[in-house]
Amino acid sequence: MLAWTIYISFLGAAVVLLLPKGHARAPRHVALLVAVLGFVAAVSGTLETKPGNLLTIARIPWIPSLGIEFHLAADGISLTLVLLTAIAAIAGILFSWDVAHRAKEFFALFLLLIGSVYGVFLSFDLFLLLVFYELAIIPKYFLIAVWGSTRKEYGAMKLALYSFGGSAMVLIGVIAAYAVAGARSMNILELARFPFPQSFQMWAFPVVFVGFGILAGLWPFHTWAPTGHVAAPTAGSMLLAGVVMKLGAYGCLRVAITLFPSGLDPWDFTVLGLDSWRDALSILAVIGIVYGALVALVQQDFKFVIGYSSVSHMGFVLLGLLTLNTVGLSGAVLQMFSHGIIAGLLFAVVGRMVYDRTHTRDLPSLQVMSLNKAIPFAAVTFTIANMAAMGLPGFSGFVAELQVLIGSWRAFPSLAVLTGFGIVVSVAYSLRVLQSAFFGERANSATNEVLEEQRHSELEQITIPERIGAMLLIGTSLIIGLWPRLLLDLIGPTFDLPHFDWLRRGGVL
Amino acid sequence: MAAEGRRLISAAGYLELLELAAPEAVLVFTGLVVLAVDLLALRGVELRFRLFVAAMIAFVGCTAAMGWMLVLPEQAATFNGMWEVSPATQFIKVALLALTIFTVLLSVDTDFTPHVGEYFALILLAAVGMMFLVSSVDILMIFVSLELTSLCLYILTAFSKRKPQSAEAALKYFLFGSMSAAFTLFGLSMLYGLSNATNLGQIAQAVEGPSLDPLLVVAIVMTVIGLGFKVAAVPFHLWAPDTYQGAPAPSAAFIASGSKVAGFFIFARVMMLGFKGAEGSAAWQAYLPGWVPVLAVLAAASMFLGNLAAIVQSSVRRLLAYSAIAHSGYMFLGILPHGQQGMVALVYYVITYGLATLGAFGVLSIVERQTGGDRLSDFAGFGRRAPAVSMCMAIFLLSLAGVPPLAGFMGKFLVFASALNEARGGLGLLWLVAVALLLTAVSFYYYLKVLKQIFIVKAEGETGTTPTPVVSQVVIILLALLVVVLGCAPNLLIGPLLSAIQSAGA
Repeated sequence: MLAWTIYISFLGAAVVLLLPKGHARAPRHVALLVAVLGFVAAVSGTLETKPGNLLTIARIPWIPSLGIEFHLAADGISLTLVLLTAIAAIAGILFSWDVAHRAKEFFALFLLLIGSVYGVFLSFDLFLLLVFYELAIIPKYFLIAVWGSTRKEYGAMKLALYSFGGSAMVLIGVIAAYAVAGARSMNILELARFPFPQSFQMWAFPVVFVGFGILAGLWPFHTWAPTGHVAAPTAGSMLLAGVVMKLGAYGCLRVAITLFPSGLDPWDFTVLGLDSWRDALSILAVIGIVYGALVALVQQDFKFVIGYSSVSHMGFVLLGLLTLNTVGLSGAVLQMFSHGIIAGLLFAVVGRMVYDRTHTRDLPSLQVMSLNKAIPFAAVTFTIANMAAMGLPGFSGFVAELQVLIGSWRAFPSLAVLTGFGIVVSVAYSLRVLQSAFFGERANSATNEVLEEQRHSELEQITIPERIGAMLLIGTSLIIGLWPRLLLDLIGPTFDLPHFDWLRRGGVL
Repeated sequence: MAAEGRRLISAAGYLELLELAAPEAVLVFTGLVVLAVDLLALRGVELRFRLFVAAMIAFVGCTAAMGWMLVLPEQAATFNGMWEVSPATQFIKVALLALTIFTVLLSVDTDFTPHVGEYFALILLAAVGMMFLVSSVDILMIFVSLELTSLCLYILTAFSKRKPQSAEAALKYFLFGSMSAAFTLFGLSMLYGLSNATNLGQIAQAVEGPSLDPLLVVAIVMTVIGLGFKVAAVPFHLWAPDTYQGAPAPSAAFIASGSKVAGFFIFARVMMLGFKGAEGSAAWQAYLPGWVPVLAVLAAASMFLGNLAAIVQSSVRRLLAYSAIAHSGYMFLGILPHGQQGMVALVYYVITYGLATLGAFGVLSIVERQTGGDRLSDFAGFGRRAPAVSMCMAIFLLSLAGVPPLAGFMGKFLVFASALNEARGGLGLLWLVAVALLLTAVSFYYYLKVLKQIFIVKAEGETGTTPTPVVSQVVIILLALLVVVLGCAPNLLIGPLLSAIQSAGA
């Protein structure tokens, strides 16, 4: 059933592209139908799976002479992220309901992107995973370059080149690993069992981790993320922040750490007090958390605030992965899910609800519009989304970030303190942007008030699809926040599977 | 080529040679028929019709030659092993014939020359030269076939007589070509002096030894110069940008596809077979003199210069030329490990590369007919004017760039994996593979630049909406389908290729 998420999306992309001209509404309806079907497939697939089991979906020889297989499988982590993708896809389409310019191509590319993302999360053959991983880059480029705003061609090209640069690094490590393991199989489970020499893991791990990390917004390779998010159309940034950045983090976990766990062992020497790649990378992750939050604090562009906040939140994911304990890891996976939902919501408010109506994202100009009066729904949504992003209890972000913090407290206590500082800053920028974007100073004089009334009536009201999309995302975040077991029961037992044996290696852990 | 149980026809039986070379003979005959029909029967007939008839005759001839290959013996050699037929050579020849057919069909919708008969006859003769080249195991035969191919290609480059660039390009191509032919001949004569043999296998036996003869080093370098020119490797690439730019589009496409396939096959064969035992090593910190380090340097230089120079091009033809140079660099990685897997990877790579380049030139010639130029800006808004063909162009360029699941990605993966798998000394070639992969990421920039013009930038002013020619469109769509199918199901090509190469032991 789960494999159909991929097939339906690709099929849907083809159908949308082949729709006859002159049906302006048909593409989005087909796309929504496809996304909903994908969601149904994802949920029913999840229900089929017993937690703690590895579900093999398909395993067919693909290039027998190289031992490459079309191998789809799912464990709890894949399932969590597939669910996230399904929800983000539906929300993305709902918030693109008004796309009229080249709508057919827009929704076809959108579905192509969604299909490849499902593919990455479900591939257990490394080659297949990379095929889907790179396939996802092309639709991203076109979605931004055609339908974007603000330096869209620059943003799109930057994103594409960073992504391809990252995947080149990944390929270096992966092809080398494949050759070292005897070139018999690309199966992740088999490669995970292969005892790669320590010296090999020592260089392959950082190359592959950073390669994937580029897409996860690892500082200092994060710069594509804010420009890309800002340039992208609403649905584009929702998917970029919501799902695509997760591809990178997922790759870090599924490939880099799983195949080369010894790469995290201490070096024979210390540099600047660092004695392993684990130290070095976790410091980069924490810098990402704090730096992203601090930069978000001073942005004038509404969307840049959210863009940098994504870098900050993804830092938590990377930090959680590097803790190498189950609490931290499950926190990281939960944070991937939670950030996917919340970032999607934030970008939806900025891009669709505010920018499409006011045509500005400049915070000082938004400040004088008192949008809380004009579009109260947007104000309420953003307030809730902001609370979720800050990590208030009751929302998914709280559970996730708490687990990451507990995990990192065990692994590296001093970094956990710094991370706490990042959280404080995140509260600051969240409140600042909330205040200036929606609850700006009210106009004093009577004439101004009349003008304002006029301007408000010109603003289009929030449409039904937007409301549904916002409800969907808020609801998801709340449900997971109030009842985290729903996902934790899926994620937790996964770590007992054999391909997570590195968690129980002892030694540094 | 020391496969056991191979049938040796050592008697000087011309009849047997004719039997083995029947496909080539069919092509020569077809070439003569095209000439005759066009000169005798079609004088004064409308150009389009003449082109169509000539293309059809050539098409039938190529198909017949392909069919004939099915009845040939699997494994045979003639004239003391001067010329041989094996599953591997048959495979390459079929691919060459397919590329020839596509080139011929793409030529139907052109109007650059009134000399239709001569044009098609030369394409067929060039194809014959390439096919002979593939089957040659003897340095003399190799040289003669190389010259046959090259001379035909020089003329094909000059065929657009109304364009001065065409003549310039041909002259440049010819001068560089003759120079490099002289180098090749010099190198080959040294080989003969060293080994007293002209057969590649015998040469290898004679020159094999614990230490490298200085004369052999010179011979290696000279031969590499000659063959490196043929495949446009840096620093022997100077002709490529001008030739690609000046030549008529189908000729340029044929030079980029067919000649590259044959060129790389013979390059690999001369190196692996003729210089067996003189490989040396290009592994990191384990350098040993031989031909492998020479090729590794060429590969790195080609990848660097090709990819970086392509970035600044504003003419799409020149861009494709520099990308071809870069691809030569990647292809060398298939020769370096000198093993069967590398050979399979190389052949898969060149064939799929040929298909994609052929298609790209097909689209290019459509754009040129619509807008009159091949600047990047001439592609603006092409996605609007011809959506289907533009989609195909996207497939070709993304395949060249190496986006999965297109054939270009598979080719790159195969070549890189074989360079690491087969190379003696573990991951010694990792440095080269890393360079190649990082430069691949660079190459996306210029391919995306073209796609950006096609799909995103709007055309300035009114460009005539001439309808897309039918035959070209069909061929282009077919090529795009092949690129997608061979990428998604690479085993269609790899499977038979592997068994062919394994059975030949090459």
